[in-house]
Amino acid sequence: MKHKCDKCDAEATVHEVVIKNGVKVTKHLCEAHAKDEGIAVHSHAPINELITKFVMSHSSKESEAPAAEQCEECGMTWSEFRQSGLLGCGSCYRTFEDQLGPLIERAHDGGTHHIGKAPKRNEGLVDRERRIASLRKKLTEAVRAEQYERAASLRDELLSAERPGDEGPQD
Amino acid sequence: MNANFGADWLRDAGRESDVVITSRIRLARNFAGFPFVNRAEEEDRRQILDLARRDIIEGELASQMLWVDMNEIPQLERQVLVERHLISKQHSKGGSPRAAAISAPDERLSIMVNEEDHLRIQVLRGGLSLSEAFEQINEADDRIEARSDFAYSNRFGYLTACPTNVGTGIRISVMLHLPALKMTGEIEKVRRAAQRMSLAVRGYYGEGSEAVGDFFQISNQTTLGKSEHDLLEDFEANVIPKIVEYERRARRELLEKRRVILEDRVFRALGVLRHARLLKAEEALEKLSYVRLGCVTGVIEGTRVEDVNQLILLTQPAHMQRVLGRSLDQAERRVERATLVRAQLGGG
Repeated sequence: MKHKCDKCDAEATVHEVVIKNGVKVTKHLCEAHAKDEGIAVHSHAPINELITKFVMSHSSKESEAPAAEQCEECGMTWSEFRQSGLLGCGSCYRTFEDQLGPLIERAHDGGTHHIGKAPKRNEGLVDRERRIASLRKKLTEAVRAEQYERAASLRDELLSAERPGDEGPQD
Repeated sequence: MNANFGADWLRDAGRESDVVITSRIRLARNFAGFPFVNRAEEEDRRQILDLARRDIIEGELASQMLWVDMNEIPQLERQVLVERHLISKQHSKGGSPRAAAISAPDERLSIMVNEEDHLRIQVLRGGLSLSEAFEQINEADDRIEARSDFAYSNRFGYLTACPTNVGTGIRISVMLHLPALKMTGEIEKVRRAAQRMSLAVRGYYGEGSEAVGDFFQISNQTTLGKSEHDLLEDFEANVIPKIVEYERRARRELLEKRRVILEDRVFRALGVLRHARLLKAEEALEKLSYVRLGCVTGVIEGTRVEDVNQLILLTQPAHMQRVLGRSLDQAERRVERATLVRAQLGGG
């Protein structure tokens, strides 16, 4: 369905739905008027730019989510990600899920959840061994650093990984 | 990778080859349990390399795979791989442990290890051949995954270093030759239509490059929320055939209504290529583009599309040096490029 711009006769190419105080407001704007309204037109701007814009328009929200929040696995912080545009490991997606969600949605044209191929997860022996080895290493480190809570949860994970037939925690 | 180029897409131009040069699909994957490449220590990267190598060998992904350690081959060889679309520029820079596995001699399947993601699996074929390319890449992916777990989340799918690749991790990329649409100015319509569909339009050399010689790469930008199958069907049944038809119509119109203009462009280009004594890479590409147009429209007879495709590759800097077996500076390359093209196109 084609819409005219709310403010002129040009074809609207930007559509925004805002829910304000429980009321849904839909805007249809041409590129020029969208720019005037401060709505980003280039949905495929480089990720860095996207992040900056997003963070700026949500600056109040960002102060709630401490920039110092760190990924437990790899130590990546949100501000490091903002600089490089690259995450540090798979766990970062969980750590920063709240901040990443809207960002990813924008980068993927509204896509929020994966549809398509999924691993068959017939976890190979080698992988199990590798995961166990990595868990052991982390457990030792946690004990050495006197992070007992983390150590306890790692121990549980290790026990379940060692139990045959157990798939272990998935994301 | 010998001078006579086993690459399949060079020997067999494939379906719709009057417009479609190559079909390419890549998958971005990361092994579970390791940090992504940008965050990985040297030791992690080495382990990733070993793991990838083991999986590729044991998985028997192709009847013969070459394993190329990026730090063991000279810069020129790495550049050759870039020009053949087998590795990225970024990957060719070397440095930390990184490698590429390439199926030989067809060069259809290639895997970059430790690029932005642990694995970038690619299948490259001549002409419009996306279903076949997907079948092959899916099989390769399955075989690796049967041996190692990939980083995956139920919500976000396959996890990648850059969130713009997350989900399917797939990039479908079709290289098109659109000289007639360029001549008639209608290429801008294609560009706008592609943008509306969230597709990227890039030049011959990929990301950040302008279209030289009327070669355009069309690829998807979004990887989350759409299945591989839907995306593939969109490309194969909708987007690409439409552009192909559009280009063909523009060619027919040129032939019928502005034949002399078309012939002038084609023969001028042929004239330059047959007689020039100095040729820059860009000029060669630009003129070869018109010669290719001349071949597929029947304006020129006796030159095959495959020959033009090969020349496009052979006239690039690293290939020139590779073929001649010595390093050449830019000025020398211009002389040698002109000599090579004259010889191939029967000039004097």
